[in-house]
Amino acid sequence: MKQKVYMTPNPAVPNDPVEFDEKICNGCNQCVEACRNDVLMPNPEKGKPPIVLYSDECWYCGCCVQECNRQGAISMVHPLNQSLPVSWKRAATGEIFRLGMLSPPPPNTRPPSG
Amino acid sequence: MAAWQDFIKRDEPPPEWPYPIKYGHETRLETDVLVLGGGIAGCHAAISARRSGARVAVLEKGAAKWSGSGGAGVDHWLAACTNPLSGVTPEEYTEVAMASSGGYDCGPLRYITCRESWDALLDCEKIGLKARDTEGEFAGADFRDPETGLLFAYDYKNKSALRVFGHNMKPLLYREMKRLGIEIYDRTSVAGLLSQDGKPGARVVGATAVNVRTGEFYVIKAGATIISTGLPGRIWTFSTELRSTFRDFNNTGDGSAAAWKAGAAFTKMESSYGDSGAFGYISYAMGNAHNTWYGCPIVDANGKEVPWFDRDGTRLETAAERFQPAPGQKVIIGLGERVPSNYVNQVSGLAADLAELIRKGEYKLPLYADLTRLPEQERRAIFGLMVGNEGKTRVAVYDTLTKAGFDPDKDMLQAPIMPPEAFRSPNFWAGVDVPQWRIFGSGGLVVDWDLKTSLDGLYAAGGAIFGTGAHSSAAASGRYAGRKAAAAAKAGPERPLPEPQVEAEKARVYAPLWQHRHKIGWKELNAGICRIMQDYCGEYRSEETLNAGIRLLGELRCSEAARAYASNPHELGRVLECESIMTVGEMALQASLARKASSSVLNLQRLDYPEVDPPAWAKNIVLKKAGDGVEAGELPLDYHLAAPFKPSYAENYRLHSGLTPENDKAKP
Repeated sequence: MKQKVYMTPNPAVPNDPVEFDEKICNGCNQCVEACRNDVLMPNPEKGKPPIVLYSDECWYCGCCVQECNRQGAISMVHPLNQSLPVSWKRAATGEIFRLGMLSPPPPNTRPPSG
Repeated sequence: MAAWQDFIKRDEPPPEWPYPIKYGHETRLETDVLVLGGGIAGCHAAISARRSGARVAVLEKGAAKWSGSGGAGVDHWLAACTNPLSGVTPEEYTEVAMASSGGYDCGPLRYITCRESWDALLDCEKIGLKARDTEGEFAGADFRDPETGLLFAYDYKNKSALRVFGHNMKPLLYREMKRLGIEIYDRTSVAGLLSQDGKPGARVVGATAVNVRTGEFYVIKAGATIISTGLPGRIWTFSTELRSTFRDFNNTGDGSAAAWKAGAAFTKMESSYGDSGAFGYISYAMGNAHNTWYGCPIVDANGKEVPWFDRDGTRLETAAERFQPAPGQKVIIGLGERVPSNYVNQVSGLAADLAELIRKGEYKLPLYADLTRLPEQERRAIFGLMVGNEGKTRVAVYDTLTKAGFDPDKDMLQAPIMPPEAFRSPNFWAGVDVPQWRIFGSGGLVVDWDLKTSLDGLYAAGGAIFGTGAHSSAAASGRYAGRKAAAAAKAGPERPLPEPQVEAEKARVYAPLWQHRHKIGWKELNAGICRIMQDYCGEYRSEETLNAGIRLLGELRCSEAARAYASNPHELGRVLECESIMTVGEMALQASLARKASSSVLNLQRLDYPEVDPPAWAKNIVLKKAGDGVEAGELPLDYHLAAPFKPSYAENYRLHSGLTPENDKAKP
């Protein structure tokens, strides 16, 4: 297996608080303008999703997701030390689920109130 | 291509900084009212000042459309004592808050909040906020008024806390600011205040600022300035790797530090709280029964429910009983006000001896928050309305959990596994408190009945003022300070800017770019400051440790901090924040030194003065900068009702609010 290996600093933690779906995102950069911490930077390639530059400064406020008008283009991912403890038990069956599990239950599609 | 490393991996240099670099470039602005900080308080202040006829400029280091502690949304509106359904008067609510704070609270801020919080909510409703259940989703619920559609929280008898659908609060305020022609400068962080003739203690005549995308320098001349930069943070704990994220990352007390350097008076800076600091869980995404989740049943691993009790130890069997004041209790102050809990101000809660019961094995971990046991409307109010609209939970919790399949109708959310003692507070997601990992208390700027600081031309709103409060007090005090500052700005004569001070500030701001690059960046510097604060201004303090802390912070300022580097405008902004954090840290150390007594309300434990709350020290310790040193004075706890002010809240409000009886819609 031939693979070019580079000297790079360790990845900042959290690694990837904001994930883009390149098929849906049109690179409009509205999320870049919404982010209070400049976690996101415009991509030099027009039409491409922003670059997640300061992943370690994400406040997980979700304003980038709220601002986006292309459903599914952008999603928030909590870092493992935060997502792993989030677990729930179905009262009727005793089944246990967690955030990030391999085979999650179907999504609950009920929107927030209001 | 999502991260910068990916560019290296495909043999391309990392992309160039995407914004034009304008180091040294100076822009001069002039306005009537300058608002420093575009969060909830700042936006309300700006709108109010503009509606009073002033030209207004807002500086916000993030993005005013979304930033601030309340930027991601709001779900409950507290102290709306003048709403038509309220069973509590502003006087009664203020008195409970003041008494519960042992008197260490800001009377004007508290009373103004109680008088104008409802009006501020009506302002928000006029610009598009959904503040009522107009569709009847909650029809028939005991927390809904059938006539008005208003929904109550926490205290269904007194109805002064309202549930609102505020996930889009900031975009609505932003749109209104734009509509009114308010000049908004995003990504622009306050550097310092400018004083008349450059003399600290003199009238504030403007400010300097730096753009954290371009590095451009701003000099703003203003008739009046409002500090609305929120509660300082990142003082005792800082970690970007191990963290929960409750308090706003950007709140570093920049406005407070600038006001301190300009000579403004501060009080209560010695107060702080033990906290899990940066190391808790996702706020409200772990099982809990606190604040937004208040009233939620908690069960153990076997489904055994933990009983609820009122303040007198009477067991409350139903959820409905948890939302009523205890017998003889006037009002439940809303959760989230940061008013200390005591007998007068107490919500009902889980068994007080829960820690012992867990230790004895009567309740098995993990515990779960079991919304399924609540009536549908109460469950929907907690998870669908409050979690679904609150700042920091709509996307981080509601969207994230529901997408992953969580269904509050069927599922029980697990609480963290912690030592039994950590379950004494129902705020389980906060994690385990570590005494030296502290969080800023409720210190801040001293204000009078105009919400003016001790400096002419300088006003304050929201968390920058000392004392307790929440989203609604930021809104109400912003609304009030905005009109007062507008009136003061109109009255002023021409005041030239102090050019030598402008030049000195400019040199200070750019120093991290030019000086020899020591290998210290802002993150290591921030964590270093926090280590000093943990060690020397932690749970226990004494003359020796506090003086040593002051010396160490002073040394840090001249050595490592003076050589900290910034590679781009963003890092420059973060290095400058560290300067603010050091200044706020010094204020906390100095205030702790000046109070030669321990205090339970202020959470101050002086090893050398162990007596708790001796009557002689029942007073506000007021500090201000004097030359290179600090001047400590004092102010009676009821200073706001003593000369030169009037002896009653209502009379002071009438004289100072700037409202005539005709336009005072809030009059009782």
